[in-house]
Amino acid sequence: MSKPLKQIHLAAHFPGVNSTTVWSDPAAGSQIDFDSFLHFARTAERAKFDFLFLAEGLRLREQGGEIYDLDVVGRPDTFTVLAALAAVTEHLGLAGTINSTFNEPYEVARQFASLDHLSGGRAAWNVVTSWDAFTGENFRRGGFLPREERYERAREFLDTAHELFDAWDGGEILADPVSGEFLRDANPGAFAHLGKQFDISGHFNVPRSPQGRPVVFQAGDSDEGREFAAAAADAIFGRYGTLEAGRAFYADVKGRLARYGRTPDELKILPAATFVLGDTDAEAQELAREVRLQQVSGATAIKRLEHVWNRDLSGYDPDGPLPDVDPVPGENTIALGRASVRMHRDPLAVAREWRERAAAGGLSIRELVMETTERQSFVGSPLTVAQGIDALVQADAADGFILVPHLTPGGLDAFADTVVPLLQERGVFRREYEGPTLRDHLGLAAPRALAPAHG
Amino acid sequence: MPVHPSPSPATSPALHLAVALDGAGWHPAAWREPGADPGLLFTAGYWAALVAEAEAGLLDFVTFEDSLSLQSTDPAGPDGRTDLVRGRLDAVLVAARVAPLSRHIGLVPSVVATHTEPFHVSKALATLDYVSRGRAGLRIQISERPDEVRHFGRRTAPLDPAELYGEAADHVEVVRRLWDSWEDDAEIRDAATGRFIDRAKLHYIDFEGPRFSVKGPSITPRPPQGLPPVSALASDAAVYPFLARSADIGYVPAHDAGEIRTAVAALPGTPHLFGELTVFLDEQPAAAERRLQRLDAAHGTAYTSDAPVFAGTPAHLADLLLEGREAGLTGFRLRPGVLAHDLPAITRGLVPELQRRGAFRRAYEASSLRGLLGLPRPASRYAAAPAAPAAAASPAA
Repeated sequence: MSKPLKQIHLAAHFPGVNSTTVWSDPAAGSQIDFDSFLHFARTAERAKFDFLFLAEGLRLREQGGEIYDLDVVGRPDTFTVLAALAAVTEHLGLAGTINSTFNEPYEVARQFASLDHLSGGRAAWNVVTSWDAFTGENFRRGGFLPREERYERAREFLDTAHELFDAWDGGEILADPVSGEFLRDANPGAFAHLGKQFDISGHFNVPRSPQGRPVVFQAGDSDEGREFAAAAADAIFGRYGTLEAGRAFYADVKGRLARYGRTPDELKILPAATFVLGDTDAEAQELAREVRLQQVSGATAIKRLEHVWNRDLSGYDPDGPLPDVDPVPGENTIALGRASVRMHRDPLAVAREWRERAAAGGLSIRELVMETTERQSFVGSPLTVAQGIDALVQADAADGFILVPHLTPGGLDAFADTVVPLLQERGVFRREYEGPTLRDHLGLAAPRALAPAHG
Repeated sequence: MPVHPSPSPATSPALHLAVALDGAGWHPAAWREPGADPGLLFTAGYWAALVAEAEAGLLDFVTFEDSLSLQSTDPAGPDGRTDLVRGRLDAVLVAARVAPLSRHIGLVPSVVATHTEPFHVSKALATLDYVSRGRAGLRIQISERPDEVRHFGRRTAPLDPAELYGEAADHVEVVRRLWDSWEDDAEIRDAATGRFIDRAKLHYIDFEGPRFSVKGPSITPRPPQGLPPVSALASDAAVYPFLARSADIGYVPAHDAGEIRTAVAALPGTPHLFGELTVFLDEQPAAAERRLQRLDAAHGTAYTSDAPVFAGTPAHLADLLLEGREAGLTGFRLRPGVLAHDLPAITRGLVPELQRRGAFRRAYEASSLRGLLGLPRPASRYAAAPAAPAAAASPAA
């Protein structure tokens, strides 16, 4: 008997401040007006997606000492948009990135518990951490956190938030007008947390929310990030959308769960994925080339090269060869406020590899950057894309995908109309929501206490 | 009681009316009244229904109370009582949740400046302004409560109120500078040069104060209203310096015309001073008194408040409000004793009474909260400065 088909999880990332959003297209709408979020969320819900996801950035990115102006700049507040979207959707999960460095557990926990109440159990938190003094310049605490402590603080932040979520067990409120007892318990929400990062105590003031605890996501590919996810997250935003790299990541992360007393089903692996659809595969390939040209202008190519070279390359011709000067090693000071520059941990090696690729292929700077930066994960006809997604999920390279369209707000429409029905016909994606909460969509059990961390 | 002739709208501007939403109402026994739905206090539908009722009454705005601790009769910490509403949802999120379900009414959540980051508050309120299409306002408060201090663990009690109001004034200053940090036309989408924004129209705010410093600019573009209105409770004269520096609307719990005139004289630059009043309304004066007594009996003690308490008819309340207007108030923030009863009494009793006297709007005349309050939309302070693009766009020092 063959293995039963895995059910695919699908989510949509509202495209904004990143290097894939095409803002110059005539079909591109506002990145900030609520109508854009409303359209995007309703499309995702029409397509029965698990959730909508919002990223966050707490300082405008800079490059070469100036605010970076070639990509979309500016975004709204995560919590506020998600709460408003709860009013115009019924089932869609509402997931947002909230930084654990420049926030306090009591406030964040009550915001997520409030969002969970106000959405009827659809809230999810992507826990991220930051260490840089650059972002810290916008906050009371400044850049106080040593880099090596960032996961320690994130883990303790999440543990503390869980203690606050669990401070009400759900049975405290009687609200009996006859007896006059609003509370069954005279001391609801009591908590005390004493740790290295937080020493707080008192009473949490939001009663237990529909999901008990919001769903927790984690993004990050380092060893600490994988371990953090294995210990404490319900889903991890994987980085690998290809078969071999995806399977390796999947096996590694799922393999870490047992030491926390968890089963592989308790952590979903959801890589981000872009896509370009056409009536035929050839048409989609042609469209994808046009999208790439919009995403990587000559000016953008030079700026992207500076992320590796860590020096001003504005004098170079994007249609010419790679610079003959070497990268400046050490802390990247030219591009601030970007997570992606830290991917290039050995810039001299990256430059060597890129020069070899450029020489072998006769590539200009712009062509090389188009080759080496993000490309469309799924390109083709709706059938090709549906098969591609399904194949990766059935092969255990992922449990589903977080789709990042390149257009706002209509970039999801065609996927909803053409790919989703094909996945439904294949029996690998829901036709209707089975329950009201995001935990229901993700097939996650009610929350239980965290297992203690090992080593 | 005296019946005032309808004043001419040309000589007497219409009153502004706001309602303060909190729990089941401001009387401690409000949750036990018929229709109070105390089991629904933590659902979106409960708040949406209240806001819809307030909007049906053409009110200027609603405020949402909040705190970063459990409600308590004891200023030091939880009082251990089981007979009162305890627990509440984040006010900014409640306001955002009801925004798409309403069209005209202003939405003014409370924020505790003492324990929050002005950067987060600024973008949250800017975003509330986007999701409500120009109807956001902000009510700022401080907190001296020692239990709240322990919830955050980064400062030590006791906190000095004067210092907290100074910090709150800095907080509001930062919030407003961040709202202004993007000029209105900063987004250019210039395909020819590949620039999404004109970075010369984005500004570092470079705020330095004793409690915090903030670099800027905001991550969120300038909100639809430019500067959403900021309000605060004038609990006593010690708050006036803060109000004078930071508020577009001050809520004055004044008991008589003399007190009102004193506040009005002390705050000449504050655009709006609203009277702050807790109300119990019934068509018969005796019925309102009896209801208040019934609530007090259920609670076990007579209701007291930091604001004057009114129990009577909508017509009598209209007299009182118009007297307040004569003394210099521009409006009132009413605290319904029982939301299930007194909010409809305001919208369906008081409002028509004021309309008959020509003292209240008959239709919403503006689409933004600033518009309803007669406040012009300000230009960004940075746009108003003499052109200095090189300095404006200079990198972090």
